[in-house]
Order: sequence, then structure tokens, then C-alpha cells
Amino acid sequence: MNVFEFTGLVAFAALGAGFLGALTGLGGGVVLVPVLTLAFHVDIRYAIGASLVSVIATSSGAASAYVKEGFSNIRIGMFLEIATTVGALFGAFLALHVPTPAISVTFGVVLLYSAIQAGRYREAAPGDDPPDPLAARLRLNGAYPTPNGPQPYAVRHVPTGFALMGVAGALSGLLGIGSGAVKVLAMDRAMRIPFKVSTTTSNFMIGVTAAASAGVYLSRGYIDPGVAMPVMLGVLAGSLAGARVLVHAPTHWLRVVFGLAIALLGIEMMYHGLTTR
Amino acid sequence: MSKPWTDRRVEVIIGHLLRAGVTAAALVVLAGAAVYLARHGQAPADYRIFRGEPSDLDEIGGIWRDALAMSGRGIIQLGLVLLIATPVARVAFSIFGFAEERDWLYVGVTVVVLAILLFGIVVSR
Repeated sequence: MNVFEFTGLVAFAALGAGFLGALTGLGGGVVLVPVLTLAFHVDIRYAIGASLVSVIATSSGAASAYVKEGFSNIRIGMFLEIATTVGALFGAFLALHVPTPAISVTFGVVLLYSAIQAGRYREAAPGDDPPDPLAARLRLNGAYPTPNGPQPYAVRHVPTGFALMGVAGALSGLLGIGSGAVKVLAMDRAMRIPFKVSTTTSNFMIGVTAAASAGVYLSRGYIDPGVAMPVMLGVLAGSLAGARVLVHAPTHWLRVVFGLAIALLGIEMMYHGLTTR
Repeated sequence: MSKPWTDRRVEVIIGHLLRAGVTAAALVVLAGAAVYLARHGQAPADYRIFRGEPSDLDEIGGIWRDALAMSGRGIIQLGLVLLIATPVARVAFSIFGFAEERDWLYVGVTVVVLAILLFGIVVSR
């Protein structure tokens, strides 16, 4: 394969990954790393570096669209970014020392977990847990717009959410992904942040989290222009197109199909990690 | 009552800032891609073995020199650095946003986030 063919095929795959990632809310990076390593035989370190770059592009590219809706909470985002950026730095330094087969296996486990999350996806019930007094002190509680006026919400379990976001950041730094599945766990399940607020806020956070580990990746040579270029341009174009058609798409079925594809890739990645030396 | 509106204004500016950063980065990467493909399109592509990057493409000074020398890979890498800098700029701008609102707690939180980001860049040198 020459550079021209490689660039074209990878850009095409990235376009599809970005499109489906935006439609399903699972992100493109999580499928791209296995596709690059398994189908294009790219070393996982180059794949992770390229994916991380594409994560920053989608997060920042979608931000202005999200801002218009007025759901994101910049205080929740900034507060939790302390946890995700520290986690991301830790993950990036860990990536330099963990042998690549172990990274492949970890990646497979995260893919399987993401697939399960995608399958049983629904909005968490408000629950009876009392609002966390820490949330009031940190001014995390807010309100989001509805047709009937602003709907206030209170944040729960702040320390648990903060700790889980640290884990999400570490996975992001280790695997070069946005780790949306763990963020859902932290913000929707633990902190009980309303769905629309948590998705838009986490979109903002993903770019900052990825930027924390990108410096480490860049200086260690994980970011190759030949791989990162088609990945970044493809995922960016695909996710912007995906965000446009989001309203009309049968997202439930897409989630099921995409979830199954992710599960298969997860099993492949684990197999790949266990069989290559 | 003025607080949510200020929050909102800061968010809108941040949204524009992010979009401008990504657009600029994508254009630079595209330009680099054109040069790179025109010159090296027929070369074999093999990323099976991790070699890391040549020393001029793993730090900003070298990337800048390569880009000025019109190396396709150098220009692409410069676009990627712009992209990585975009969320960092967002965090830096948020400090001013929170300061405008006299929200010193969040000025502090944001300074911590920015410090962590810069720490990552400095330590990985």
C-alpha cells in the first residue's frame, strides 16, 4: 500500500467512525484504534496518538453547536477537569511503560464495557439520594432551559463522581479515547446530572482531557502526521455530518448495531493483544 | 440575576474560540496533506513498527522549522499542535471569564487545570 492509498482508505474509515460516533454518542476514537491496528496493521501507539488528536477535533468542533442549546454547565466541567487532566497525565505516562499487548487487552475490555453501556442505555432515574452539600459549596447546581422555563437540578455524590472522572481521564490518556462510557457512569449515574447537561458538558471536557496527554504523546513520537492527518480530517468531517442528521436518525437501532460492532472489535483487540508478542 | 447571562456570554465566546481553533488547525493540516501527498504519495506506507518520530517532529521548535521549510509532514504537525493548543486556550480564556464574574473560587479551579495542562507539556520535554 502506498501513502496515497493508505491516506484515502484511513480517511474513509475515519469518516464512517466519526459519523457513527456522533450519531450514537459513543465517539469515533473508540472504533478507530482497533480498525487501524487490526485492518491497517498500524502499531497501536501510532493509532492511539492519531485517535487522541481526533478526539480533540470532534470535541472542539461540536462545542459551538452545543453552546447554542445552553445545556452545558461550565463549573461542573471545569471542576471535574481537575480530575480528568490529572488522570490523563497519569494515563499517558503509564502508556509509555505498559507493554503494547497489555494496552490492546485493556482496550478490548473498555470496548466491551462501552458496548454493554450502549445496549442498556437509558436516562437514569432521579433517585432518592439527597443533594450533596459539597455541590452547593462548589456552585455546581444549575438549571437548564425547557419549553416551560428553566429546570433547576442538584448534583449528588460529588466525591464519587470526581474519582470516577479521574479513572475516565486515565483511560483517555492510556488509550487515546474520549472514554465517554466512564463519563456517563460518573456524571449520569453517580452525580445524577440531567442527561443533556452531562453530554454537552462532557463534550467540552473531552478536549481539555485529551490536550493534557497530547503533549506527552507528541514528545514521545506517538503522533505521526501520516496517520493522524487522515484520521483527524475524516473523524472531524464525519462527526460534523453526524451531528447534522442526529435529529432524524433512528438512533436506537444504530446504538444496538454500533454496540455489537464495538463488542466484536473488543473481542478482536483482546485476541490480538494475547496472541502478538 | 445577571449571573446566568454572563455565564452564557462566556460560553458563546468559548464556543467561537474553539470553532476558530479547529477550523484553523484543519486548514493547516489540509495544506500540509496536499504538499505531503504531492511529494510522497507513491512512497510505501508502513506503520507496523513503532519508530517514534524524528527529533524534529516531536517538539514545537522543530515542527515550526520544518513547516517553514514547506515540509508536508512539518505543516501537518503544525496543524496538530494548533489543534492541541485550542482547548488549552479555552481554559486560559475561562480564567478571564470567571474573573469578570468575580467568581474567585472558579478562577482558582481554572488556574489549577491550566497548571496541570502546562505541567504535562513541561514535564514531557
